[in-house]
Amino acid sequence: MKLHELTIHEARKLLDKKEITSKELTQGIFDRINDVEEKVGAFITVSQELAMEQAEKADKEIVAGNVTALTGIPLGIKDLICTKGIRTTCASKILEAFVPQYDATVMKKLNAAGAITAGKLNMDEFAMGSSNENSSFKPVHNPWNLDYIPGGSSGGSAASVAADMCPASLGSDTGGSIRQPASHCGVVGIKPTYGRVSRYGLVAFASSLDQIGPLTKDVTDSAIMMNAISGHDAKDSTSVPRDVPDYTKALENAGLKGIKIGIPKEYKSKEGLDPAVSETVGNAVKTIENLGAETVEISLPHTDYAVAAYYVIAPAEASSNLARFDGVKYGFRDKTQSDLLKMYKNTRSKGFGPEVQRRIILGTYALSAGYYDAYYRKASQVRSLIMSDFRNAFESCDVILSPVAPTPAFKIGEKSDDPLTMYLSDIFTLSANLAGIPGMSLPCGFSPDGLPIGLQIMGNHFDEGTMLKVAYNFEQATDFHMKRATL
Amino acid sequence: MKITKEEVLKVAGLARLHMDEGAIDKFAGQIGNILEYVDTLEQVDAKDVQPATHAIPLSNAFREDLPGEHMDRDNALSNAPEKEDGSFVVPKIIG
Repeated sequence: MKLHELTIHEARKLLDKKEITSKELTQGIFDRINDVEEKVGAFITVSQELAMEQAEKADKEIVAGNVTALTGIPLGIKDLICTKGIRTTCASKILEAFVPQYDATVMKKLNAAGAITAGKLNMDEFAMGSSNENSSFKPVHNPWNLDYIPGGSSGGSAASVAADMCPASLGSDTGGSIRQPASHCGVVGIKPTYGRVSRYGLVAFASSLDQIGPLTKDVTDSAIMMNAISGHDAKDSTSVPRDVPDYTKALENAGLKGIKIGIPKEYKSKEGLDPAVSETVGNAVKTIENLGAETVEISLPHTDYAVAAYYVIAPAEASSNLARFDGVKYGFRDKTQSDLLKMYKNTRSKGFGPEVQRRIILGTYALSAGYYDAYYRKASQVRSLIMSDFRNAFESCDVILSPVAPTPAFKIGEKSDDPLTMYLSDIFTLSANLAGIPGMSLPCGFSPDGLPIGLQIMGNHFDEGTMLKVAYNFEQATDFHMKRATL
Repeated sequence: MKITKEEVLKVAGLARLHMDEGAIDKFAGQIGNILEYVDTLEQVDAKDVQPATHAIPLSNAFREDLPGEHMDRDNALSNAPEKEDGSFVVPKIIG
């Protein structure tokens, strides 16, 4: 048995039976990181010393019987979630030396549950990108084939789990940034309902779309992680005061009789949909039908406008959120200038990478006098229509199935000069962010080149439970989640 | 072109970004393409549709106005690129 290959629930059993200690488990993770990190590039910061202290403490709690589902379990954290005392860079030069003075609410929760922070994970700068090529430090490589992208923006979060460098991680999803890399790396990734998980301490990209969520090796672990991070937080006024169910209760392998699966007709003939993805996802739908679910055709009539609406709203919010990086309160400052305005401009131009600057300009333009109505207001109206599309769809189904990404992972460098093509590949994921509904990616097969393909399950607001139930039944009926990348 | 070089330069100024000639050219082309694509929104009839601002309908989240935890000054300044006497230092603003 290799300790780094364990899931959270497998490690839990061994820890509780005292067959292993958290120190051994955590050391096993760092040994694995030592072996393969150079090839994958998933970590920006490895926090081994602190992690070993946390593990020692966890072992004492285990002996004392003070155990949660996560006591003594090492986790990787996307590098835009503030970790007190551990550098948090957003994969940007502008925050290269930023050490948060406080913990994000999700970190407070994980720390209180006895989880261990193994390190901070690589990503597209400020979560802007779908390939992880926009990290200011280094690209992440897909563990299934190192020439390929892992997806993004939570590429390090997905690749670290797929490469067994941590049993689970946290990512963030603004337009697909958890689900798409999960799909490309063959792991389970959940974007919760907007407001389910506190965003306090998550460095903001687009505040009305961002959500933190888990990436794990199987569905059981994703339910365990959802239990740990969900819930209302007075420090995030958009978090929703609503009870959190025990998501592990949804993991009943009792078939799917009575469940209605919606298949959006607009998704079927989407231009650019790879035949391998279409076939693999089609087979997954058949498997779910065989488990007793009934499929119904649904319509999401404004699908064709989702990408356009998103690429107005997200950059507009980003341009406003990123105004705080001005070289005064934290982060990099260009010290060559004695004039305030020039200091701002040089700091930001040297500190932000090209994709971030592109989106700031796009967003500022969309919000500027004379263009606001044509762009931001119109996009927000279309967002309302997309939300009502989903509201109508969920009147006739419990969950919606679709591909996550139109193609399997592509080669590093293949698309990075063409921002629009990259944006268009978010077509199946970003509607869930616009509508605020939960969505997840679940391994459902492989391309002819051996790259993982994910199935997307979307649920109604706050109905992660049904989503997890469908995912768990599918997982128990298949063995895609057992396959591991060889490195 | 959908967005001129002059417009890119103006918007970059509003966004406090310094752009050299090469970057302006590149951005004008790329952002122009994106805006052309965004123009498909014109096809949607949304005249009477209320714009969405959030994904979940929420009213204001109020709390009691009570003293709580706060970050002390030294800690708040710990990431400042330049500080002096418990304050952030910026280049001279008033000439």
